[in-house]
Amino acid sequence: MIDDIDRALIVATQGGLPLVPRPYHTIAEQLGLSADEVMRRLKVMLETGIVRRIGAVPNHYAIGWTANGMTVWDVADELVDELGARIGALDFVTHCYRRPRALPAWPYNLFAMVHGASRDECSAKAAEIRSLLGEACRGSDILYSTRILKKTGLRIGS
Amino acid sequence: MRELSTVDRKILAKLQGDFPICERPYAEAAEQIGISEEELLQRVQELLADKVLTRFGPMFQIEEMGGAFVLAALAAPEERYDEVTALVNELPAVAHNYRREHVLNMWFVLATETKAGIAEAIARIERDTGLAVYAFPKEREFFVEMKLEARL
Repeated sequence: MIDDIDRALIVATQGGLPLVPRPYHTIAEQLGLSADEVMRRLKVMLETGIVRRIGAVPNHYAIGWTANGMTVWDVADELVDELGARIGALDFVTHCYRRPRALPAWPYNLFAMVHGASRDECSAKAAEIRSLLGEACRGSDILYSTRILKKTGLRIGS
Repeated sequence: MRELSTVDRKILAKLQGDFPICERPYAEAAEQIGISEEELLQRVQELLADKVLTRFGPMFQIEEMGGAFVLAALAAPEERYDEVTALVNELPAVAHNYRREHVLNMWFVLATETKAGIAEAIARIERDTGLAVYAFPKEREFFVEMKLEARL
């Protein structure tokens, strides 16, 4: 869990890291902490998984991944965990989750994101997932994104 | 869309990895890329300004702090699409939002500091838009690692 100082650190950095030679010192000054304290806490947050990573979030359209498909699958409940793990292990799948169905509108319980420079490329990747699922797959769809409407990431209040 | 240079591509590859936590992290990353600290800072600034990068910094997992992160969707009538987008995006709890080709044509992620915050955000979106929100909380995570090499 996090304390108030961690929380202040999250609020100070959730919009991004300062683009200055000593970014952790800049944050430390803003928060009235020592730079060592800021770095120590960030390292702990990395170790505990509160910070997934520190780095760049690309706009995947801008770097050439213009086809981004959310593939969704209706997989038998007794097999979904085993198969989900195998699909998550495919090198071209960036996110893979089991989620609840919302019947009758939404029969799918396994979600896997695939990306390509074209929709054909995404379809080929989806076909690979389908062959891996085999008989266990009772239905599927690909929902292509056509626009990023918002992409700020997490924003907690100060 | 702007052209990416070889150096830009190197920066994108490097900065999708682990950024150092040390006194001069840009200098350390720049050295591995083979450019100066000053050039790296300049180029990251440009990549952000050109919207090649949407963000540069720590990515937090709100669930690890006791909060919640939920994928949700709604079906917005085409003639109201922009208005509904504005109403949904207005909430700080909405971390990302994508238009997708489906009857459920708007898919967004809610990130809130408390588990109860998700229900509050959904109730507010339903009230503001008059549309039903479908929530798809994750029941299990099999894999997440969004690192894509530049293809341009």
